[in-house]
Amino acid sequence: MHSEITFTLDGERVSVDCNPLRRLLDVLREDFNLVGVKEGCGEGECGACAVIVDGKLVNSCIVPVGAVNGAEILTIEGIKKTEIFGKIADAFAQMGAVQCGFCTPGMIVATYAILNQNPKPSRKEIVEGLSGNLCRCTGMNIIIEAVEMAAKNIAR
Amino acid sequence: MNEFVYLPENLDEALEIRASTGAVPIAGGTDLMVRYRRGSGIPPQFDFPVVLIGKIDALRYIEVSADNIHIGSATTLTEIFMNEDVPQILKLAVGEMASPAIRNVATIGGNIGNASPAGDTLPPLYILDAKIVLKNLNGEREVPIEDFITGPGQTILRSDEIIYEVTIPIGNFDKIYYRKIGTRKALALSKVSFSAAVNYRGDVIDDMRFAFGAVAPVVIRSREIEGEFKNITFNELKNREGEIAQKYSPLINPIDDQRSTAEYRRKVSLRLLKFFIQNVI
Ligand SMILES: Cc1cc2nc3c(=O)[nH]c(=O)nc-3n(C[C@H](O)[C@H](O)[C@H](O)COP(=O)(O)OP(=O)(O)OC[C@H]3O[C@@H](n4cnc5c(N)ncnc54)[C@H](O)[C@@H]3O)c2cc1C
Ligand code: FES
Ligand code: FES
Repeated sequence: MHSEITFTLDGERVSVDCNPLRRLLDVLREDFNLVGVKEGCGEGECGACAVIVDGKLVNSCIVPVGAVNGAEILTIEGIKKTEIFGKIADAFAQMGAVQCGFCTPGMIVATYAILNQNPKPSRKEIVEGLSGNLCRCTGMNIIIEAVEMAAKNIAR
Repeated sequence: MNEFVYLPENLDEALEIRASTGAVPIAGGTDLMVRYRRGSGIPPQFDFPVVLIGKIDALRYIEVSADNIHIGSATTLTEIFMNEDVPQILKLAVGEMASPAIRNVATIGGNIGNASPAGDTLPPLYILDAKIVLKNLNGEREVPIEDFITGPGQTILRSDEIIYEVTIPIGNFDKIYYRKIGTRKALALSKVSFSAAVNYRGDVIDDMRFAFGAVAPVVIRSREIEGEFKNITFNELKNREGEIAQKYSPLINPIDDQRSTAEYRRKVSLRLLKFFIQNVI
């Protein structure tokens, strides 16, 4: 069964005609070639596939594309074009918060969501905001510090 | 194999689809999409028709009336957590569930509909005397949550109904307590949870409610046992701790699974009860 599903993707109006149960993750990667959206666990536990839907962080691996009809979706590619992306990326690089890089797009999307909600997040808010993201290479403490540094540099 | 997926625009359409096809509701999909996943690049396959209801506005609200607070079934856990009118004990439980990305889509109706003994909104809802409002094309009915859930994954939902609302009587507790024991929070379903709410006058207990999650086929709340320990003082309560634990013990009937063992669950849940009586109250 196919349905036409229309949404805004990184600022552009798009539509797909497909099985509405396809995972948003697959639609983003296959139909729009947004391969920065990663698949780790495929069951909502690692955050590698995180995107922002209508201003909220979600894991695209467990969202059926039919559920985002009419929604606004921001992926890591859209975030790259925002002003604060450079500061977040610099902080991650400076802190050594990237090793293999697989978790990084999801971490940055989660960081964006944290800073969007509160530009001066407490450490507790950062820990909570990153709690759905796993990194198997670096330590979470380094990533948490990178987010703190990004927040500071943005405020400056 | 049935590939039917319905995308209703509003509640009436959703109810018509339920009535004519029995399609299974998907709200946030955080339970169903994971349970029926098939892997990378492949849509999940349900062997029944499904209807997506997560975007229906008429199911997403939190309202306060004279005696109750009303939560629409497709309200997300994040929306519940951010709301000022939601009873604190429910918020304590929601705050310990999953990660922000899951809470942003997971719904309270889904947690109830899933009817897992480890569903974390359930023990607070039992304690709060929550009622579940079920709707079909002909009207609605209201049932206490403990009558709605009949076993693990089992409810009395009829094939033409949807969970419409959770109704919670407005009330205040002098003391509430919630404790969840799990592993990594973002993915841990509870191994055990313990919830308590107490009202007192001076040092006499007026009303004391306990609920245990993940230790039996359904959440444990016993109004009978609660009734036996009313109108006693805190001191008397502390002295009778062993007696209370003994009364709950036969109700606690856990299983071994990948998350924990039955023995661990039994010990920990009774210890949480004793800790609450001795140190929190
Ligand atoms: C990574 C991860 C972590 C999790 N952590 C927790 C946790 O800590 N605690 C916890 O309790 N759960 C947890 N869960 C499970 C899940 O997120 C919750 O049970 C959630 O509340 C389900 O809501 P949903 O809307 O996503 O459910 P769905 O998957 O949409 O539905 C679940 C069930 O309810 C039924 N249903 C949904 N809405 C209705 C309705 N309106 N009327 C009738 N039936 C309905 C569906 O048919 C289905 O049977 C976790 C899940 C994941 C993937
Ligand atoms: S791939 Fe989606 S959360 Fe892990
Ligand atoms: S850098 Fe490798 S998983 Fe995080």
